[in-house]
Amino acid sequence: MSKQKPKLALYWASSCGGCEIAVLGLHEKILNVAEAFDIVFWPCVMDFKYADVEAMEDGEIDVCLFNGAIRNDENAHMAHLLRQKSKVLVAFGACSYGGSIPGLANFTDREAMFQWIYSDSPSTVNPDGVVPQKSTDVPEGELRLPGFWNTVKTLAQVVPVDYFLPGCPPEASSIEIAVNAIVSGELPPPGSVIGPDVTVCDECPRKKSEKKIERFYRPQEIIPDPDTCLLEQGLFCAGIATRSGCGAKCPQVGFGCRGCYGPNEGVLDHGAKILTGIASVIDAMTAEEAEAIFDTLPDPAGYFYRFHLPDSLLRRKARGNGKRQPVGETSQREPA
Amino acid sequence: MTRISIDPITRLEGHGKIEIFLDAQGNVENCYFQVPELRGFEVFCIGRPVEEMPFLTSRICGVCPEAHLMAAAKACDAVYKVEVPPAGKKLRELLYMAFYVTDHTTHFYALGGPDFVVGPDAPAAERNILGVIAKVGLETGGQVIDTRKRNHHVIEMIGGRPVHPVAAIPGGMSHPITEEQRQEIIAIARKNVEFGQFTISLFHDIVLKNTGYVDLITSAGYTQKTYYMGLVDGNNHVNFYDGKVRVVGPDGAEHCKYAPNDYREYVAERVEPWSYLKFPYLKKVGWKGFVDGKDSGVYCATPLSRLNAADGLATPLAQAEYERMYETLGGKPVHHTLATHWARIIELLYAAEHMLELAEDPEVASPDIRAIPKATPSEGVGIVEAPRGTLTHHYITDEKGILQKANLIVGTTNNNAPIYISIRKAAEALIQNGQVNDGILNKVEMAFRAYDPCLSCATHTLPGQMPLELVVRDQSGEVIHHASQYVAPELLAQFG
Repeated sequence: MSKQKPKLALYWASSCGGCEIAVLGLHEKILNVAEAFDIVFWPCVMDFKYADVEAMEDGEIDVCLFNGAIRNDENAHMAHLLRQKSKVLVAFGACSYGGSIPGLANFTDREAMFQWIYSDSPSTVNPDGVVPQKSTDVPEGELRLPGFWNTVKTLAQVVPVDYFLPGCPPEASSIEIAVNAIVSGELPPPGSVIGPDVTVCDECPRKKSEKKIERFYRPQEIIPDPDTCLLEQGLFCAGIATRSGCGAKCPQVGFGCRGCYGPNEGVLDHGAKILTGIASVIDAMTAEEAEAIFDTLPDPAGYFYRFHLPDSLLRRKARGNGKRQPVGETSQREPA
Repeated sequence: MTRISIDPITRLEGHGKIEIFLDAQGNVENCYFQVPELRGFEVFCIGRPVEEMPFLTSRICGVCPEAHLMAAAKACDAVYKVEVPPAGKKLRELLYMAFYVTDHTTHFYALGGPDFVVGPDAPAAERNILGVIAKVGLETGGQVIDTRKRNHHVIEMIGGRPVHPVAAIPGGMSHPITEEQRQEIIAIARKNVEFGQFTISLFHDIVLKNTGYVDLITSAGYTQKTYYMGLVDGNNHVNFYDGKVRVVGPDGAEHCKYAPNDYREYVAERVEPWSYLKFPYLKKVGWKGFVDGKDSGVYCATPLSRLNAADGLATPLAQAEYERMYETLGGKPVHHTLATHWARIIELLYAAEHMLELAEDPEVASPDIRAIPKATPSEGVGIVEAPRGTLTHHYITDEKGILQKANLIVGTTNNNAPIYISIRKAAEALIQNGQVNDGILNKVEMAFRAYDPCLSCATHTLPGQMPLELVVRDQSGEVIHHASQYVAPELLAQFG
């Protein structure tokens, strides 16, 4: 019987583990997953080894749910391997889909990270300037660490991806939609984001009227009305330009959406879309007025690109020479 | 020289690796515990508004986002010099206790418990939660699932989402709970107390009544004498959310007690070229290498450390069990790493009792949960006890509250050096004259697992044991010994 079940693999690259917890968050419904699939690879849980995957036929895995971004040599290696062995590869969760919060590292670089973490941070005592190395000779032999990339990449920037499941992490209801689509074979066209194409605003129960903002407030500055749209009250909320499926849970506890489900269909750049959405609600007649209002929103890049910097048109901070890195290369090794 | 690699999951996984080197006689020459991951939150959060830090740093760990949420929110309160109203503080703590109950439950039943409940010498395939259920009954498995589910429900009620909750902002919480929700939480907390008591009695029946297990707990291979760290309240009772950090020496005497702001005077971090994870130590004692004892600044921050560092617990049932543990194991402090499992379920009972106290207080449903900061933001430190150790967030902002500098010392990082020492002690006791016993894999792993390590906050293996592979190679690289243990796929059907 198990031979007829589709073969499922789950893998985590550079991630926080929240996607795994989200799968377990199905609680008793996880029984349905275990019943519907033959789980052939889930390193967080089971003892299948890299070599076992390598020994598989190409395309032997029916569906691979891949969470986490690609930010070192090992992550990339596993992405290539699992792509080769899987008929359907799903970028599961915000990190593999858009780079997510760890992708904000693309606003800085490896050198700055190493300098602060291993040298300048207030609790570090490192008079000899020791920095972790890919290879270290110790008296007993050689110790190796995987190379740490300068740039965080999404899964689709490294290998072709069939579907995307948004969310940081995907809510249980979103995971169920994906699982049911896979089991029934009623999958959308390849390249699609799985889930309803509505906005967080569409699902949010807060009362909305015509929005006109005279200034932004930071969350600690005001106590908002509990029933009115947060954005109308001047609190940043990306719900206007963010895909839902989450049930608009954050705005319901008084916390504006930060965009974890990413853009809606047809949107090329989530950050630019949020910017456009926000710009359309500010109460300004002149460029000067608009600028004054935007001055009350600190760190716009960090808000607009909170979950989708690596797959945005910006992609990362420019290198020292000011030149953009090539976009769309799919090499396993990061560019020099 | 023979080299043994114990690599969680596979050699190509990025989440933690143990290398054991044997000398010419086949005895342990040295061990290394490597963490091959880094994500750099302290750097890429620079330039963000500080109030975003609870949201951003939650993503350090999807297993314990609540701990980062709380430490970050407290650091923000300190940056803005704002006092959270009592109801806001209680609401945060209520969420945090629900989190502790679910997290400690998961570890005890799915990760640490199988070693004892099923037995350290049982076949590896049985040493998982399925084996636990087989031994104690199917109903227990259902209780574990239900405990996780009802407490995630509380986290979602207060924090908005079951994983990566929000709602904690500088000065308090963004949303109150209703009186109806408070009543629901009381009922959940009562169940948690019953479940905590049940877990303690299970531990007594299966572990403590078995002299073989008690001998194992107190054996030399699992004993090391280090300093112990934990957050305490004004009565030197354990506190997960607030207080001062107290450190006691290997003799149990107080080494220091510091307010969060002063952490830099007491804790320093060392860098090694072969690991991305730094090694914290007590600054006033100094770094003396990977050794235990009074002259070495190595300290532990675990459930057992917290009990060692405190004078007691503030709730009656947990306090009674606390006294029983020290009576049984020969007084304070206890240096047996495996007793961490006992300490963890005492903390589970404490979290459940304290959750009930908080829920029974009508004030927790008050809407007065926010104070609006008035002071100019500057610098602040927030410390909570994460389940896996003392968690420190330190922020410096400009006068607009934009983050300029951040320093984080997270739970498992505290234990980086002690884990190394524990692994070496266990390996030395178990590998002799080139004889690598089949059981060594689990026994070395048991030393490691007692810490419930969450490497890069990413290696957590929830529904089963930590899958480890042990490979012994001779000098030509040929495999001469191979052992591994796995968690049966059916496990998934039993645990959610």
